Amino acid sequence: MVKQESESANRPDNTAFTQQRLPAWQPILSAGIVIPGFVLIGLAFIGIGVALLVTSRSIQVLELDYTGDSNGSPCSSCSQSDIANCKCSLNFTLTTLFQGPVFFYYGLSNYFQNYRRYGASKDDNQLYGDLSSFTSPSSSCSPYNYDSSKKPIVPCGSIANSMFNDTFTLTRTVSGTTNNVTLDGKGIAWWTDYNIKYRNPSVTPLKNAFNGTVKPINWAKPAYELDASDRSNNGFVNQDFLVWMRRAALPNFRKLYRRIDASGDYQKGLPAGNYTIDITYNYPVRAFNGAKKIVFSNVSWMGGSNEFLGIAYLVIGSLCVVMSVVMLIVYAKFKFPDEE
Amino acid sequence: MTQILSFNKLQNFSKVTLLSVLFLNFCHISFSFCLLQTNAIKTSKYNFFTFLPLNLFEQFQRIANAYFLFLLVLQVIPQISSLSWFTTVVPLILVLTVTAAKDATDDIVSTFENVFCFFKADLLLLSSSEPLNLVYIETAELDGFVYFSSFSTSNHILLFSLPLYAAVRCEPPNNRLDRFTGVLSFAGQKYSLDNEKILLRGCTLRNTEWCFGLVLFGGPETKLMQNCGKSTFKRTSIDRLMNILVLFIFGFLAFMCSVLAIGNYIWERNEGSQFTVFLPRLEDDPAFSSFLTFWSYVIILNTVVPISLYVSVEIIRLGNSFYIDWDRKMYYARNDTPAEARTTTLNEELGQIKYVFSDKTGTLTQNIMIFNKCTINGKCYGKNVYDYTGQRLEMNEVIDFSFNPLADSRFVFHDHSLVEAVKLENTEVHAFFRLLALCHTVMAEEKKEGELFYQAQSPDEGALVTAARNFGFVFRSRTPDSISIVEMGKQCNYELLAILDFNNVRKRMSVIVRSPEGKLSLYCKGADTIIYERLHQSCSKLMDVTTEHLNEFAGDGLRTLALAYKDLDEEYFNQWIQRHHEANTALEDREGKLDQLYEEIEKDLLLLGATAIEDKLQDGVPQTIEQLSKADIKIWVLTGDKQETAENIGYSCNLLREEMNDVFIISGNSLEDVQQELRNARTSMKPDAAENSEFLPEMDKGVKVVTDEVVNGEYGLVINGHTHLFLTPSVPQAYALEHSLELEFLRTACMCKAVICCRVTPLQKAQVVELVKKYKKAVTLAIGDGANDVSMIKGTAHIGVGISGQEGMQAVLSSDYSFAQFRFLQRLLLVHGRWSYLRMCKFLRYFFYKNFTFTFVHFWFAFFCGFSAQTVYDEWFITLYNLMYTALPVLGMSLFDQDVNDVWSFQHPQLYVPGQLNLYFSKKSFFKCALHSCYSSLVLFFIPYAAMYDTVRDDGKDIADYQSFALLTQTCLLFAVSIQLGFEMSYWTAVNTFFVLGSLAMYFAVTFTMYSNGMFTILPSAFPFIGTARNSLNQPNVWLTIFLTSILCVLPVITNRFLMIQLCPTINDKVMFKVRQAKATPAPPTRRARIRRTSSRRSGYAFSHAQGYGDLVTSGRFLRRPALTRSSGFTHAGRTTTSFSPMGRSAGYSPTGRPQNNKVPDVEVTSLQMYRTITDSAP
Repeated sequence: MVKQESESANRPDNTAFTQQRLPAWQPILSAGIVIPGFVLIGLAFIGIGVALLVTSRSIQVLELDYTGDSNGSPCSSCSQSDIANCKCSLNFTLTTLFQGPVFFYYGLSNYFQNYRRYGASKDDNQLYGDLSSFTSPSSSCSPYNYDSSKKPIVPCGSIANSMFNDTFTLTRTVSGTTNNVTLDGKGIAWWTDYNIKYRNPSVTPLKNAFNGTVKPINWAKPAYELDASDRSNNGFVNQDFLVWMRRAALPNFRKLYRRIDASGDYQKGLPAGNYTIDITYNYPVRAFNGAKKIVFSNVSWMGGSNEFLGIAYLVIGSLCVVMSVVMLIVYAKFKFPDEE
Repeated sequence: MTQILSFNKLQNFSKVTLLSVLFLNFCHISFSFCLLQTNAIKTSKYNFFTFLPLNLFEQFQRIANAYFLFLLVLQVIPQISSLSWFTTVVPLILVLTVTAAKDATDDIVSTFENVFCFFKADLLLLSSSEPLNLVYIETAELDGFVYFSSFSTSNHILLFSLPLYAAVRCEPPNNRLDRFTGVLSFAGQKYSLDNEKILLRGCTLRNTEWCFGLVLFGGPETKLMQNCGKSTFKRTSIDRLMNILVLFIFGFLAFMCSVLAIGNYIWERNEGSQFTVFLPRLEDDPAFSSFLTFWSYVIILNTVVPISLYVSVEIIRLGNSFYIDWDRKMYYARNDTPAEARTTTLNEELGQIKYVFSDKTGTLTQNIMIFNKCTINGKCYGKNVYDYTGQRLEMNEVIDFSFNPLADSRFVFHDHSLVEAVKLENTEVHAFFRLLALCHTVMAEEKKEGELFYQAQSPDEGALVTAARNFGFVFRSRTPDSISIVEMGKQCNYELLAILDFNNVRKRMSVIVRSPEGKLSLYCKGADTIIYERLHQSCSKLMDVTTEHLNEFAGDGLRTLALAYKDLDEEYFNQWIQRHHEANTALEDREGKLDQLYEEIEKDLLLLGATAIEDKLQDGVPQTIEQLSKADIKIWVLTGDKQETAENIGYSCNLLREEMNDVFIISGNSLEDVQQELRNARTSMKPDAAENSEFLPEMDKGVKVVTDEVVNGEYGLVINGHTHLFLTPSVPQAYALEHSLELEFLRTACMCKAVICCRVTPLQKAQVVELVKKYKKAVTLAIGDGANDVSMIKGTAHIGVGISGQEGMQAVLSSDYSFAQFRFLQRLLLVHGRWSYLRMCKFLRYFFYKNFTFTFVHFWFAFFCGFSAQTVYDEWFITLYNLMYTALPVLGMSLFDQDVNDVWSFQHPQLYVPGQLNLYFSKKSFFKCALHSCYSSLVLFFIPYAAMYDTVRDDGKDIADYQSFALLTQTCLLFAVSIQLGFEMSYWTAVNTFFVLGSLAMYFAVTFTMYSNGMFTILPSAFPFIGTARNSLNQPNVWLTIFLTSILCVLPVITNRFLMIQLCPTINDKVMFKVRQAKATPAPPTRRARIRRTSSRRSGYAFSHAQGYGDLVTSGRFLRRPALTRSSGFTHAGRTTTSFSPMGRSAGYSPTGRPQNNKVPDVEVTSLQMYRTITDSAP
């Protein structure tokens, strides 16, 4: 009942915000915007599509399946036996120069690296070089955290355990003589993986850090002996290990194995000729109808070969143009809004 | 302001038993509190320590929160957990915190309110300043009518100078205003207490210096509060729809999870069992695995029922409520009242109103009567109030009443000739005003010499007496047998011999007085038709002229009253008064005998003239009603007034129009009559529909719905309250309610453009609203200002609006929205309501879209990851998507969006119609959203899938890895939903731009931070995505993919929308186009509706609805001391005495003393009321 002294103490503030008068842009979908917009987008898309398609087509890709499913294929004997380090070889011929830089991939299909429990089955702390995780790996690695004698597994988990362990050498036969093509395995993993995400414990020699632990069950050698030729390429920062640990998004994937060393004859890529890949066949995939392949590819500004993007841009660009015509017809015919 | 002093609140500790026992411990008249029993009252829900546990417990009782708690539990089960715990905990904590903060504030606020309310209580009167411990009170707040009654306290306990111990046993709290039973035990004696001794909360003391009382019921236990109806928790129709949709979503979630669980079963059997070389199985049974998968997917897909939805909805409603509070165009400067959204949960319902139920007095009208014109002896005085367009004329020529020291300075009249006539001592003019000064039941109070204050039963009477006062015939005071007036400065005492009181049948009142000169006269005023029947033949010529004037007045919408007088023969009168006395004391048929006597003496009257009183409408009422009816809102006026008054107001506020095809009046006295009248009305509106007299409402899911029937032409319906008796079941009438009649009424009423229900009681108001609510499935709004509107405002209507600053605060306190003027209703509905609805619908559509899209991507991915409940996105993204990346843009839209501005909203009231038809958000549009999301999610999953398939970075390294794919998809998603939002938004303010771009920027900032080296080194296992952003966002094909998905997501939307605008434009499209066209040219001229106020109807009531109180005026109980001696006599009380401020200053008279042109005075003054048992409030 006490009156406000001021006459208009309760008068609301007169601001654009409180009075809902904020200046605003009010676009509406008028024909003048939509139809030219569609034409423009359509044309732009067609342009991008053409560029992408041309680029993608210029990329050379060579895929060689070596699963050995069919009896006649080179690795069929290896695929059917359980012998470790079974050898087989694939021959192929290049008729033209395979433009460099050439990348050597291995590919797996029907392989579920994106399975949730598979992906979770690792210990980031352990891989970061945390020694306490060496002695007690995370339970997420289960059942690959301890072996049957309760010794901790390092590196633990399914991903590490299932590391791809086929190895390849590439040779070129020039007039009867067989030359090794030098494969460069340096820097095939992401820089961040190699330098930050994965770290060996700062213990020298590295072997000591692994005292009291066991290697993953499927591994032939412990982590600190992965690369006998290069001491710095061992432990968790082994390039092949890093590539494997970056798990694929989809069940069919390829992973970088090596680069063709651009030196000598191979400066411009792989010259035409006959090539042989000698495979040490270890990795079993037939049990789950998987397939293994070797892929040679070069890259462009847009990365590896993928025609989809180019085609998609072309199709959608064309659709836009078509739609703009349809809209124009509708607009001309109905011409909303008539004054009423 | 009231002098009711409660000095002892006593604990009422037995609500369960029939009787409450109240112990009292009276103290001396000083204000010390003496507590015998514990009188502590707890009004707060929490205290500092109990807040957290209690509040959490309460919050988890809400189904949504409980659901998320359940999810959290699922997440800590390692076999099921498909997401880290923080993805649920972070949003949950946020939601709980916000809600807890709100609850805490509410509790603090309500605690203060309760403390404030508590001292408003029902009292047992103990003593008062007046002789015999009388108190005079006004009960306007209690019953909405103005009563005049007397009251005396229990004679036994008048004085108590010593501490006294007594106990009161009384009935438990109830809502019966008219009865009370209790016993006071004191000094070994028992005194029975009845209603006469109780002062109810809501009464206002009048003419009583002070009184003491004992608090019986406080706060919510008071009869007034108990009578306010159960405060029902109101939910909007959107709320109800949302509940259904949420149930549906749950079903859909279960369906999706089942599909995926089955998928998992098949996958585990066919693929998983062979993949064990690399992925050993924890459980061999695929069935068990699929069971776990089901729950894992429940966790992942729970984002279809986003926890942030409810919080966001609350925020939006709160924001839109603030806009109402802040609106200067709904601020009423005269009494400094801004609009107030008292409920913050109903905003969007304001955009869907189909029926408005309005009170009349104080809502449509100001309840201010203005003596506007008069005709005296065939000469018309007073100037026209309105010009031909219906606009009020500005009149500068105001009469100076300074010649009269007793004049009310606020009275305004515009015709000098009348003053001249008075000054020239024109006999008829003098007689005219003498009559006005004598023939009434007004009470006068004169605190200071010359400061007169009138208390009238009806505002009309007050206006007339005030007019007489200003023209030199000042009614000064009265005793039961005399009236003293000042006639042109000369004090005259008239002996009051009889009051022939007003009643509904007589429609007139008369007084018989003896002038100081000893002349006996009868003065009579009443409805013109009634008076005309009783005039002497000699008046016939004058009658013709006066009739002409009366018609003119009626055409102006004025309330008319004819005045007549007659000189009486002494002998005849003596004989008459003798018979009168006999009749008065007769035991049988007293009323009839009196009526006969009155009839006998009120004849051969001489016509003096007629008065015309303006029942002042509030500003802009006709325009508002026109606007609202253009918006297809049906307005029903529910009023306690008489049929004629209501009808007249109906015409003057443009609800009923002369050009209407017909206005039906339903006033039958029996069930059959009413039924017949209703049928006849319907037949004339729609002849072909007449046959099916046995009309059956359609059944819609077990609820009967009366469908709208289209009629040609415009019709109005006026239905008299007593006919409602047949409609409302609870009234003890001989006629049983016939169900069909209820429907008959509704059906007929809904065919009419305008419906006026007159003479309805508060209960009936609520019942009418309930009827419409029940059978029409439409959103209703009730607007009123008095306590008699509370039932419909609070209990029944979907939305209650209170007019503030009028008949007390009761209506406002129980309302959802309040403002000072009826005309603000159009802004509340057509602007705020429409925008709120639009915003809420846009919000919901978009919110469901963005969450469904987000979630469905997981569904598609499941088919490629062995149904392993692997998420597509990074867990941080999942946590922050709803909270950070998409929250502000959509809130921005929901707080700022408007299709067209307020001016255009008024220009095109039809824009309101889509809301009534639920067009913006319905089940259908929800399914459209879901389909749209389905499309978007397909695009968002398969385009990145195909674009990344077997591809590599431009340096040959990996890019088709899971982490890059996750980043790509989530970035695509965020772009797609942001662009979609851009297309939803029709009002881009700088804030919106900032929110949208800011959220995107925020996304990148957060992503780069989360994926940075620093974060990883701190906590390697929490930030495994290190480097992903750097390694993939520098790739052109990633950006090309983002671009492609974004465009592809919106292209069909734009195409569809464009084609729809071209092919079948909605009203919004049309208006928006017009706005666009008008942008170039100056703003549209604001059309002022031309309201014609021509009417040939007239109504003549300057009386209240109730029986007059002539009785009381003449009765011996009416004890008054001379006014001037009173104020000094009680100053020793040492308190501010009730200061009655003088009445309004303009030419007005308001019964509640509401000032017309300035702010409310400190004291709400009102007519003199004494207390009495309220029995008339319900029929």
